[in-house]
This record gives sequence, C-alpha cells and structure tokens, in this order.
Amino acid sequence: MAPPRAVRPRLSGAASPGAPHAAAIDAFAHRHRLRGYEAAPWLAALAAYFLFPGYLPLVAQILATILFALSADLVLGYAGIVTLGQAAFFGAGAYTAGILAAHGWGEPITGLLAAAVAAAAIGFLSGLVILRSTGLALLMQTLVVAALLRETANKASAITGGDDGLQGMQVWPIFGRFEFGLFGRTAFFYCLAVLFLCWLALRRLVHSPFGRSLTGTRENVGRMHAIGAPVMRRRLTAYTISAAFAGISGALIAQTASFVGLDSLGLERSGTVLIMLIIGGVGRLYGAFIGVPLYMIAQDRFSSIDPVYWFFWIGLLMVLLVTFARGGILGLVDRLRSWGGGLR
Amino acid sequence: MPSALSAVFFIGFHGIAFAMVLYLISVGLSVTMGMMGFVNLAHGVFAMAGGYVMTRLMNQQGAPLPLALAAATVVVAVASLPIERVLYRRLYGGDELDQVLLTMGLVFMSGAAAQYLCGPLQQPLRLPPGLNGGVRLGFGEVPAYDALLIVCGAGLVTGLWLGIERSRFGAKIRAAVDNLRMAQSLGIDTSRLFSLTFALGSGLAALGGGLGASLITITPGYALDNLVYFLIVVAIGGLGNIRGPFLAALLVGIADSACKYWIPQFGAFFIYAMTMAILLWRPRGLFGRA
Amino acid sequence: MSAPALETRQLSKSFGALVVANAIDFRLERGARHALIGPNGAGKTSFVNLVTGALAPSAGHILLDGADVTALPQAARVKRGLVRTFQITQLFRGLSVIENVTLAVCECRGVGGELWRPAGHHRAAIEEAYCLLEQMGLAEEALRPVATLAYGRQRLTEIAVALGLAPKVLLLDEPAAGVPSGESGRIIEAIESLSADIALLIIEHDMDLVFRLARRITVLVQGRVLVEGAPDEIAADPRVRQVYLGERAVR
Repeated sequence: MAPPRAVRPRLSGAASPGAPHAAAIDAFAHRHRLRGYEAAPWLAALAAYFLFPGYLPLVAQILATILFALSADLVLGYAGIVTLGQAAFFGAGAYTAGILAAHGWGEPITGLLAAAVAAAAIGFLSGLVILRSTGLALLMQTLVVAALLRETANKASAITGGDDGLQGMQVWPIFGRFEFGLFGRTAFFYCLAVLFLCWLALRRLVHSPFGRSLTGTRENVGRMHAIGAPVMRRRLTAYTISAAFAGISGALIAQTASFVGLDSLGLERSGTVLIMLIIGGVGRLYGAFIGVPLYMIAQDRFSSIDPVYWFFWIGLLMVLLVTFARGGILGLVDRLRSWGGGLR
Repeated sequence: MPSALSAVFFIGFHGIAFAMVLYLISVGLSVTMGMMGFVNLAHGVFAMAGGYVMTRLMNQQGAPLPLALAAATVVVAVASLPIERVLYRRLYGGDELDQVLLTMGLVFMSGAAAQYLCGPLQQPLRLPPGLNGGVRLGFGEVPAYDALLIVCGAGLVTGLWLGIERSRFGAKIRAAVDNLRMAQSLGIDTSRLFSLTFALGSGLAALGGGLGASLITITPGYALDNLVYFLIVVAIGGLGNIRGPFLAALLVGIADSACKYWIPQFGAFFIYAMTMAILLWRPRGLFGRA
Repeated sequence: MSAPALETRQLSKSFGALVVANAIDFRLERGARHALIGPNGAGKTSFVNLVTGALAPSAGHILLDGADVTALPQAARVKRGLVRTFQITQLFRGLSVIENVTLAVCECRGVGGELWRPAGHHRAAIEEAYCLLEQMGLAEEALRPVATLAYGRQRLTEIAVALGLAPKVLLLDEPAAGVPSGESGRIIEAIESLSADIALLIIEHDMDLVFRLARRITVLVQGRVLVEGAPDEIAADPRVRQVYLGERAVR
C-alpha cells in the first residue's frame, strides 16, 4: 500500500480543480458503474430457459463458451496478446476436471477450482517463457504450446484416454442435491451461475487500474514503459488470469458433457473462439456475449439444414461480416450510434 | 538392415523433396506477409486449389503431368487476382483480427466447396509410369518422384532467386518489403505490385500443391490441416524474404522426415519444440530483419 | 558538492560502424534549465534514448542523483523520477486525454497494478490529473479521445503526462516541434512555469526558444559534445556557427 503522496507543486501555482469540472471528473470516475443494459444478457439467458426448454444443453454449452471467449477477450482485447493457443488452458481445465471425476472425485465445484489452478499454472509457466516475444513469433509460440500439450495428452492415453477421449467420468450432484440430468436443467443453471460470478470478477478486473493499464499496453506499449509500468509483469498476470478462466470454462464443458476429447486442446478450438470473439467485437467485454451465441446458434441451424456443407455458410457469414461490419457487431453498433448522433 | 549412413541418405533425400514442396508453397506467404503485412491464413487454399486442378486435369482429362501443373499454376494465379482486389485489399494496414476473420472464412468456404465439387476423399494421383518406381542413386533406390521433386524444385528455386535478385520486378518487391512508403514515393505503383506479387505467391503455392500432391495429400481439409506447417516455415524463415523460408523448409522437411523414421511416436513433439526454440532465439526468424 | 540530478560518464553507443554516441560526459545540475542542441543526426534523441533506458549503451555509465542506473530498465528509471517526452507524440491515442494523464499518475502513485478496486475510486489521482490538465489549458477536452485533438494540444497532453509522473529530471524532446506558432505559446508558458526543483533538459531546434529558456547549453555534433556553456558563450562561439551555418558563415 503506497504511502500518501506529498503533493509537490510541479508547476508553480498548482491548485485543486474548479467546480465546473467536477461533473466531468464524476463522469470519468463512474465509468465502472453498472448500466441498465448490462442486465440484458442475463435476462436473455433466463428467457431462453423458459422459451427453449428443449435446447438447454446447447444453451449451457453457449454459456460455458462465452466464458471461454471472455478469457480470450481479456488476453486479446485488453492485453493485446494475439493468441492461437487459448485452447491449451481450456483443455488443461477440461482434462483436470475430467480426470478427477474419472478417478473418484466427481465433486463439481472443487473440480472447477482444481481446473482453474491447473490452467493458471500452465498459463503462468508458458507466459514466463513466451511473453517476451511479440508479433508472429508470439502467435506461433502460443500455437506451439497448445500443440505440445495436445501431443502430451495424446501420448498419455493411459490417463487421458488418448484419441478415444476420457471415458468414465462420474460427476456428482451439485451440493449433493442437483443431479446433472438428461434435460440439462442443472447444467444450465450451473453454467449460468459460474458464468455470472466469473463475469462479475472479470468486469471488476477490467475497470481496475490494472485493467486500464492493460488497455494502455495494447494502445502503446512504448508509452507504458515510459510511464514506469512493469509491462511484462502486467501481461503475465493478465495471461495467467485469462488461463484460469479458460480452464474453468473447459471444466464446465467437461462436467456437463461427462466427456473430454483431444479436440479440447486443438487448433480448431483456439481458432473458433477467436472467430466468435472477433464477430462480436474485441476488447469490449460484451463481444463474447454477442459473438458466441451468434456463431453457435448459426452453426446449429446451418448444420441441421445442411449437415455436410454448413461450413460454407459460416465462412460466407464471416466474409460478409468482415466486409460490411468491421470491428465486429459491436463495432457496427458503435458506428450506427455515431451516425444516429450525427443526424440529430 | 540399412546402415545408419544410408538411412541418413534416404531421410535427407525425402526430407529435401518435402522441403521443396513446403518452400514453394510458403515462400509466397512470407513475401506477402512481409510486404503487405497481411495475415493470410488462407494461403493454403491456393496450394489446395492447385492440387485439385492438377489432379482433375490428369485424372479426368488425361493431361500429361507438366501440362497439368502449368495449367494449375496459371489458373490459380489468375483466379487469385480478383480475390486480392475485392476482398484482401480493403484490409491492408487494418486490424489483423479482421484479416484473420476474412481468411478463416475463405478457408471454410473453400473447404466446403472442394468437398462439394470433388468429394470428401483424397484425390488420387496417377503418376506417369516412368515416375512410379525407383531410381538407383547413391545408397540405393529412391522414389523417382522424390528425385523429380528435388530437380524441379531446385530449378524453380534458382529461377525464383535469380528473378528476385536480377529483375526490376524483383527489385521493386525487395524495395516494397524493405520500406513501403519510400517505395511509393519513388513512384512504384504499389497496388499493382501487391496484386502481381500476390498472384506470383499464389501461383507458386499452386505449383507446390500440385507437385507435392503425393507428399501432402489433396483433401478438402488441406488448407486447415497444413496451415501450421506453412506458418512454422514462414515464422522460422522470417517475413518478407525468399532465402529464410528455404532454410526453414529444409529444417522442417528434414526434421519431419527424420522424426518419422527414428522417433515416429514423438515426431510432432520435436518439430514443435524446435520451432519454439528457434523463435525464442531468433524472434524475427532466421533471416528476418532485426 | 551534491551529486548532479543526472550525469553520464563516457556514454557511448554504436551500431556496427555507425557511432551515435561517442564518450559523452554530461552533467545536469539540480534545478537546471539546460538545452541540448545540434544539427540533424547529431544523436540528440539517441542520447535521450540511452539516458532513459530505451536504448542500451555500448559503454559508459548513467547516474541518476548519484546512483548508477545503467543496468536498470526504463520503467525503473521512471520510478526514480527520470521522465521524458517524445519527439513524435507517443500517447494512448484511443483513450481520452484525462485517461492518458491518469494512467501516468496512478503508476506514479504505485496503484497502477491494483486488481480489485475500480480505477474510478482513486479520486485523488483523477483530481491530480485534472489539475494538470487545467494548468495546461486542456480541461475542456478532458473526455475527448486524444487522437481527435489538434497536434499542439496533443503535445501539451504529452507534457501533462510527463508531469503526472512527478519528475525530478525532465527530458523534453523537441516539445514545440511541428506545432503551429499560434499554439506553441502555451507550450512555452507551461515549460516556463515548471517548478524550480525539476532539472530540465530540452532538445530543441528553435533557437529563440532555446535562448529564452536555457541557462546552459550543450552542443552535440555527430555523437560528440562539441562545446558547453552559458547561452551568450555558445552564441559567440565560432565553432557552433560553423557547425550550423557552414564554413563561409564564420567571419
């Protein structure tokens, strides 16, 4: 805790800010306050529970994937670390929770915590090694870390089940009461609650001085060094925290599906979460809430219409989005709002 | 039991053949990434397209190998021009993430299109009879096709290097990679240069995809399955130059070949670990600019 | 005699055959008003980069308030009060003016890494940042993104950010460069009203500014100190005239 600073007049004749500016200071200081529209995703989720009772497993998956995308947003949108290896932490969390459940400890919440710790550890260690790099080298290194983990999981098939996936997971009921049933009700509320708590924490983090300094690092890293910020330490912290959240999301998927496969560490998983986030809008915390449901629902719809070639339509959607809505859906919303403001 | 020396010979031979294919495909990616700063994850699509065009012409039209190859190269190079013009150009200098979204979308679309047009299975490659067998060389018999790959590859690489070093076009490319603004103020028409370089890179990729069809099989998932290897070659080699990817391709090709022979269970480990080590030592790649 | 605020001893840097700093011995006294001048390519900005730690020297030592900081990274030197501005404005372009300065103030106060409390709760830091903006005349534009400001206002923001770091030694790299003459007055006022205990080193080409602000001038040519002294000594020195105006100007 820093001692109170002696206010040294850096300019001769410094004084405290005048009254007319108090309003502007307030506006700036209150950016972190909750706004009305921030309730929207949660209301939408609850609405989905009542409107689409047959789709609860899919909704639960969407909620868990939103958490995964949020973790990617922290590291990509806020810290500015472009990564193609976020699945390393997702898979680490998934396998941790899965292996625990398959070997006699199926308690879901401690499984979640264990997954977070394991994923964070991998994030911290790999971050120590690779976060000095930038650009293409860093991108490749994140990719390689995930690929190496995948190879390890493949070879350690005695523990992980290898190519066939982890079998025999027994997940206990939550708090001893709520069993994971076929209709996915427990899974839905489980994922919703975990997502909500994690989101609260993430939101807090993003509005803290640490979170603001991450934005600075993304905007102009040279400037951050020049204002005395320990850039490497901040990036490593962000990377580790993001890994923990990714691990939690992996554990959620593992526990609700009672299965973990090698694809949870794969390049496709890293790539798709990136795509979903970009579609929604990067670095705004809510891009995940828009991009993930959009992509996953589109995928669900397209593949029921055209099981073999649904990839084509998703790809086309992506190309059109980039051509007409740069900066993702939220970027489009921003532009519409500024046009609307200009018209008035 | 082949002696260790002959094993090295065979591994080296096969590795160099594989390296030629990797190089032809990846060199275009290195140059365009270095020049336009564009993250083109869809580069493998051009190699895949080249492979499909070539195998189709050979299998269905009975075209001879050289003709099919040449046709594939030209067709893909020409087809890449409108794609660059309409889709890629708008994103130059823009956010890398938009570029990722665009190119991944193209990968998805082309994979589905390939499956729709040619089915999900690997395209068969019917080599002319002379190339099917082996050739007595050095320590024993090597696949004739590998030998052809090495010879063709060497010829193409030499031609490419001479072209870039000696021709005006090559000089413009080198200037634009080095300092784009400066090149523009010298009066070089950079948009035209971008288009031509893009077409050249895509054509070479198609050539590599076609030539290498026996080594890297032509399937609808081609662009995605092999993306990591192409990116590794470019990252290790360094952006914006044509020598770096050659050395990188040799490293990857021979390492891959050696690993498949000696440590088949841990092959992928070694390649990834090697990539990590090189990138930590030389973040810009072996020949990247400091 | 107390240690100078900033000192370099035999500071050298070469890139292969290119020597950008050649055994530079330099002293910046406490409360100094010192200017560093020299023709283009003399190595003035490189000198600042070496001193601040953005560039690693090939040889020599840098001492801050008597302590050797040569091995310290840039951020650590900033924490000890060595602050610079950039010749080409380096700000967080997408962020608001007030945010730019607040980030600096928070780092200076040591709360830049706090994870839990919202940044908005650090009211004192925000008010301090606001004060600085008022003194620079930027308070009206506090909430606007920096990228939308006129260039002269951005240069002022750059100075405000530097002041937010509570500098003991302030290195201003061409503070008025590229600023239209109508706006540079504000910048000059800001520099003139800096507190007397800050040691100030200005790199400038504008000789009027130099002679108005500086009590001591160092002339750097091709990475080497040519001469150092009081402004009228420098103005009268024939070597300086030769370097700037060429052989024929020296009568």
